[in-house]
This record gives sequence, C-alpha cells and structure tokens, in this order.
Amino acid sequence: MMNYASAEPPPRPPAPAIHAQALTVTRGPRTVLRDLDFAVPHGQITGLLGPSGCGKSTLMRAVVGTQAKATGTLNVLGHPAGHATLRSRIGYVTQAPSVYDDLTVRQNLAYFAAILDPGRTAADRRHENVTRAIADVDLTTHADALAGNLSGGQRSRVSLAVALLGTPELLVLDEPTVGLDPVLRRELWTLFHTIAAERGATLLISSHVMDEAERCHRLLLMREGEILADDTPEALRTRTHSETVEAAFLHLVDKAKATATTTPTTAAHQEETTR
Amino acid sequence: MTTTKHTDARALTYSRTTATATRVLRQLGHDPRTIALLVLIPCVMLFLLRYVFDGSPHVFDSIGASLLGIFPLITMFLVTSIATLRERTSGTLERLLAMPLGKGDLIAGYALAFGTLAIIQSALATGLAVWFLDLDVIGSPWLLLIVALLDALLGTALGLFVSAFASSEYQAVQFMPAVIFPQLLLCGLFTPRPDMHPALEAISNVLPMSYAVDGMNEVLLHPDMTAVFVRDVAIVAGCALLVLTLGAATLKRRTT
Repeated sequence: MMNYASAEPPPRPPAPAIHAQALTVTRGPRTVLRDLDFAVPHGQITGLLGPSGCGKSTLMRAVVGTQAKATGTLNVLGHPAGHATLRSRIGYVTQAPSVYDDLTVRQNLAYFAAILDPGRTAADRRHENVTRAIADVDLTTHADALAGNLSGGQRSRVSLAVALLGTPELLVLDEPTVGLDPVLRRELWTLFHTIAAERGATLLISSHVMDEAERCHRLLLMREGEILADDTPEALRTRTHSETVEAAFLHLVDKAKATATTTPTTAAHQEETTR
Repeated sequence: MTTTKHTDARALTYSRTTATATRVLRQLGHDPRTIALLVLIPCVMLFLLRYVFDGSPHVFDSIGASLLGIFPLITMFLVTSIATLRERTSGTLERLLAMPLGKGDLIAGYALAFGTLAIIQSALATGLAVWFLDLDVIGSPWLLLIVALLDALLGTALGLFVSAFASSEYQAVQFMPAVIFPQLLLCGLFTPRPDMHPALEAISNVLPMSYAVDGMNEVLLHPDMTAVFVRDVAIVAGCALLVLTLGAATLKRRTT
C-alpha cells in the first residue's frame, strides 16, 4: 500500500475550498462550535478528527448548509455555505446511512441521480453513473437487493455511493468507514485518493479512528467544539515529537488541559508559535 | 458527466417531480400488502354497509356516497403522514434538501404518487358501489371519481402537514383521530348538518370534509353539475392547495 501521507499534493489554487472565520454554532443552550477559524485547501483530503461529541458532524452540517443557527463567516467553493448553486456541487454523506430501506440499491441510486441530473436526455449518463457508483463501493453483486436487507456496513456504502454520483467538487463524508472491515476500508481510502487526484475534488472526511489520519493530506483536530490543530500529519508528529498522530493528538489534549485557565485555542496557538 | 445545466434551483421541475413520484410508487411496489389493504378495505366496507342496510337501500345510497369521499381522505392521510415522517427521520429528507431538489418537487411528487393510488382505489370502490351494490346515483359516476380524487389530495396534504408535528409513528397515527374524527362527526355523515347544534354547524362550515361529503351528495341527487357541486369541489381543492403550501413551509433546509 502506498504511503498516502507522503503523496505529493496537487498544486493549490489560491482560494481555499472551505474558509471559516469566527464560525459559531449553537444548538439549544449549548455552543457546539466556538469561534472557529480554518481553511480547507482545494484538491486534497482533509481529515476531521476528534472524540465523538466534539462537534465534527455539526461542522460538516454547517459546511453543507443544513445547520441552523450558524454565525460568523463560512465560505464554501466561493459562496456562502448553503447557497443554492452549491447543492449540485457538494456530495454529502451523513453518519447514519440515509437511503430508502424499501428500495433496491440500484433504485436508490437511480432516484438520487435523477435529482442531481434530471431529464430524459440524461438517462444513459445516469445509468452509467449509477453503475459506476455501485462498483466504486463494491456492491455490484448486491445491486438488486433491498437496502433494508443489507448489513450495516453495506447500507452505509449505499449511502456513500449516493455522494459519489455525478462529479461533486467537494465531498463531505461523516465517518464513511465506520464499521467496515480493514480490506474495504483500504479500498475506500484508495478510492478517496483517486477522486482527489484524478478529479481534483476536495474531500472533508471525519473519523475518530486515528490510524486513518495518516492517510489524509491535512488534519483538523477537534476537541469540545474547538480546533486543537490544523496541520499536515508529519508536521503534527514532528512538532509534538510523537510517533503517531494518535500520540500527537493526546499530547495536544494534555497540553490543552494543563493550560485550563486559558482556552484550548490559545494553547493551540502557543503550540503554533513554538514550532 | 458535465455539470453545466443542473444548477437551477427552481421550486418545481417536471422531471424531478416525476422522479420523486416514481420513487414513492416503487417503494410501495415493494410492499404489496399495503397496496392490497389500501385498495381492498374500502370495497369490503362498502360491501358490508350494503348488507347492514339491506332493508333500507336509501340509507345505503346516502351513506355509501359519503363514504366514497371519506375513504380516500382517511387512507391517504395515514399513508402520507407515515411516509413523510419516515422521510424526515431516516435522514433522506436532509439529504434531498441538500441536493438541487425543490420543496415543490417533493410535495408534488408525493401528491402525484398517492393521487395515482387514490384513482385506483376510488375507481374500484365507485365501480363496485354503482354497478354491483346498486348505489343509486342520479349524476355521473365520473363526478364521484373527481370528488374522490380531490379528497385523496386533501388527505395527502393533511398527512404531509401533520407529519411535521410528529416525532414518531405512534404520534403520527394518533393524529388520525385528532384531525379526521372531528371532521367525520361533523361532516353530515351521521345527521344532516342543518340539524346540528348551531355552534357545531358553524364549525362544520369551516371543515373541508363537510364539502367533500356535500359534493358527493350533490352528485347522488342531481343529474347535472350544480352550482353547489362546483363550489364544493372548489373549496376542497382550495383547502388541499392551502394545506400543501403549509406543508411545504414545514420542510426546512436548515435544521438545528
């Protein structure tokens, strides 16, 4: 298997794919995201890592434009998040598989394809896209099975296939590999890298499995609604003198806890300056 | 695939609406038992009613015609409220609204799919009542079918609307007695509306099912389309449109 972390990232256009300034999201009385500033570069895989409940999914929903009560600035592909023209340019996979259990795999994909690329003249193209997306997630043998009869991992792959329909410029994937076996996980990560390299697409992928972090070009480490670090995996390991990203993350968390009088963001900034 | 021409964010597009309707019908296609229940129960009920009133056929005429309007309303209300509740809770609604799908596409798609089903249901029930159970209709059975179809649309609209206020299937089903039963009691099925307490008659005047039943009775008693029939049909259609619009307002692209 190739070492993805050392793969040459494609040349970067000047404007980032996602750019957040002072992004804050509240849900009820709770502030889920606190004053975030970050940028996600074009054509790369950015991993969003952190313990469950730290705000990863909320951040992704804000990027896709389905999160209410988001304040601050959040620009996605040159438009404010949630702009109508972005709807066909972003592929989004929620954490829980969102497909119709009472349709077959192919019927599910055919419907979503008809929403993305409507009209009778596009029928052949849609058919190709659907067949390719099913093959991408390795479900060709299950194409005519009802989604409700599939295993959990298979259903989440159907959900992923929906996001692979068409050619989205930005893919937002919320824990796409959770509950999958190691072989399939490796295949999907190879697919993600192919999508980034060949189509120049930007991928934002969340995970709480730290070994997947090594396969990303860049990482956003999150904890309790704040961003602890925004860097490449190597740079993270080097500056925390850690062997793995997991150790680097734990190091940063300990550091944030130690400086509990200041905020974790400040701690991350201090880290930045001592580099 | 080229991504040039599907950035239009219009509320209603023909092909997305029909794609949605096809999808809803395909979902039902994998559930033949629901289709069988939807289509057969009204027929069985009419059959039962015919022989309950074996000795007084004129009672069957009046109640039977009213029921032809009420059945599609109730069944479509139930089916739609559960179907759209599932769409909301399964995450597919969030996914669809993050895609270039107009809210109007989704609602019109549902209305089209369940409207098709309602035509089949009403055609069978009307055919059975008129030709086999000797329901004595003076007007055209086609007019009965039109009212039944509009009632089905009203049921679809009401179901879509209340599904926004239910967070589980248990709650959705409980909206049936809350929304449908009062209308059933006040629509003139059990006693003519002018015979009710004036306060209840006033309430029944603003409930759409009253006009659905009135419309059916107009067809039953008059050979031609009367002005009252046209008024009844217009009110039921208007209510359906109004509630569908309210239902569209409950579909939110951004949620907390």
